[in-house]
Amino acid sequence: MTTYLLKRILLLIPLMFGITLITFSVIHLAPGEPVEMQMAMNPKVGKEARERLTKFYGLDKPLHEQYLSWVGKLARLDLGRSFSSDGRPVKDKIKERLPVTISLNIIALILEFGLAIPIGILAATRRDTWLDKGITVFVFVGFAVPTFWLALLLMYLFGVRLGWLPISGLHTLGSDSWGTLHYLWDMAKHLVMPVMVASFGSLAGLSRYMRSAMLNVISQDYITTARAKGLPERVVIYKHALRNALLPLITLLGFSIPGLIGGSVIFETIYAIPGMGQLFYQGVMSRDYPVVMGILVIGAFLTLLGNLVADLCYALADPRIRHGEG
Amino acid sequence: MAFRHSYLYSIFWPRLKRNRLALFGGAVVLALFLVSLAAPLISPYDPNAINAWKVLSPPSWQHWFGTDELGRDVLSRVLFGARISLKVGFVAVGIAVTIGTVIGLLSGYYSGAVDAVLMRLVDIMLCFPAFFLILAVITFLEPSIWYIMIVIGLTGWMGVARLVRAETLSIREMDYIMAARCIGCSNARIIFRHILPNAVSPVLVSATLGVAGAILTESALSFLGIGVQPPTPSWGNILTSGKDYIEFAWWLSLFPGLAILVTVLAYNLLGEGIRDALDPRVKR
Repeated sequence: MTTYLLKRILLLIPLMFGITLITFSVIHLAPGEPVEMQMAMNPKVGKEARERLTKFYGLDKPLHEQYLSWVGKLARLDLGRSFSSDGRPVKDKIKERLPVTISLNIIALILEFGLAIPIGILAATRRDTWLDKGITVFVFVGFAVPTFWLALLLMYLFGVRLGWLPISGLHTLGSDSWGTLHYLWDMAKHLVMPVMVASFGSLAGLSRYMRSAMLNVISQDYITTARAKGLPERVVIYKHALRNALLPLITLLGFSIPGLIGGSVIFETIYAIPGMGQLFYQGVMSRDYPVVMGILVIGAFLTLLGNLVADLCYALADPRIRHGEG
Repeated sequence: MAFRHSYLYSIFWPRLKRNRLALFGGAVVLALFLVSLAAPLISPYDPNAINAWKVLSPPSWQHWFGTDELGRDVLSRVLFGARISLKVGFVAVGIAVTIGTVIGLLSGYYSGAVDAVLMRLVDIMLCFPAFFLILAVITFLEPSIWYIMIVIGLTGWMGVARLVRAETLSIREMDYIMAARCIGCSNARIIFRHILPNAVSPVLVSATLGVAGAILTESALSFLGIGVQPPTPSWGNILTSGKDYIEFAWWLSLFPGLAILVTVLAYNLLGEGIRDALDPRVKR
């Protein structure tokens, strides 16, 4: 287990290096100078100011020096300052937005797994019945629904037509002065649609995955044994089969992180939620490249971390790996 | 290329033919091809013709899908939008499949250091939320449909690379490869003439599914205003107006979304059908 852990952690180093290299090249090898981008917004700035800015951001130095100084700052958690008019450190901007996105995604994940696991079990245990076929149809349609379209439809239905839910932001204006309960209730109402949209995206895939994992386990010999010794089907499924069928979902949890972070751009933009996705979108639209680079790197590191945690959990949950076969 | 003719006719096609959902998917895909080719002929109106008297009019016999905020016919715009989706789907996937196949072949055939470096590259690329990476690159480029296709392709090859690598690893050990090596074939010849044709069938599945993914990505980009630029109609950018006028005009949101849904569904059904038909373990 210790060697496994060490190996996994050592492997992180080249990956982190690669992430910084790719982020840096994406931004710097693209045609157009970052300073030009900033200037384009404000043509009044003269040549002199342009040179000063170029120097300020170190853009007059050769690429490898720029890369090294950027990575050096990154190691000290310095992501530079935003190009936007407030000029605040990117780190602070991300810090206030990250919790929103992460908590939203955690709620979405809980909902997603809470629904997908029972759906998958149902489909697998009632294989080839109408229920299973119905679920399959739902899964295929679910795969094909664009999340932003779903967001629009929900907005129309619950926000415009029925008027049940607020359609943007996290709070109603002036909700700060309300009582705690009222405040939380207001926030919960704001969160319903974004969470639905965020979890719907991978619900279909996850339940299909759960179904095939379950089918795979049910066909194994030890399940036949359990049935042969006369255990009730409920015990066979929920006690014997389920535990093994859940194992691969742990890995899937790790893999779903980049999709969740990426998807946050869409629902945060539509529902005007002040999270990382919205910050990234604003950064992209205003060509605020320290923000864009910062979020790219942080997003990739979070994925890396998520995969590591998922692998460790898998190792802890599966004695075959824990005892050093893997 | 990939299949011997006897295989294609005796196993693959009969199996695919029995899968009704896959056939439905294939039929829709074919219909979409025809629609995009014939868009100028079958569209009832010019997709960019502005009509100030008919701004945001609901669906009617004159305008089946209603009109948008400039009085343009939504049905015509949706029909023309099919062209963009098709183009993006195929070009982006073409790029992704080419890169993925080459990297997978090299990685699987040479193994060792080449393999280690290339597979780490795959791992690294998979760490980035793909949508973030695409947005970040597109920001720094002039908005153009070609850049979008290239960027979607450049960020979507990793799955194909892993598939082809796995196939190559097993094909490499086969006797006919040894035979080819014995008669003095060059590495390049072995890779492209002997391994490639046998490694592409799983790629066919992921390419079909990839078209669906690329169409979804393009529509999301266009929806956010970073993809296909108006006035060129694309399903995504029609939905942008759908969002702006959601309180008055549901038809602007409904129809282009349905077009995306049906298209993506069709490609997914076809892809899954091909997977089952190619899989020797599935018996029907």
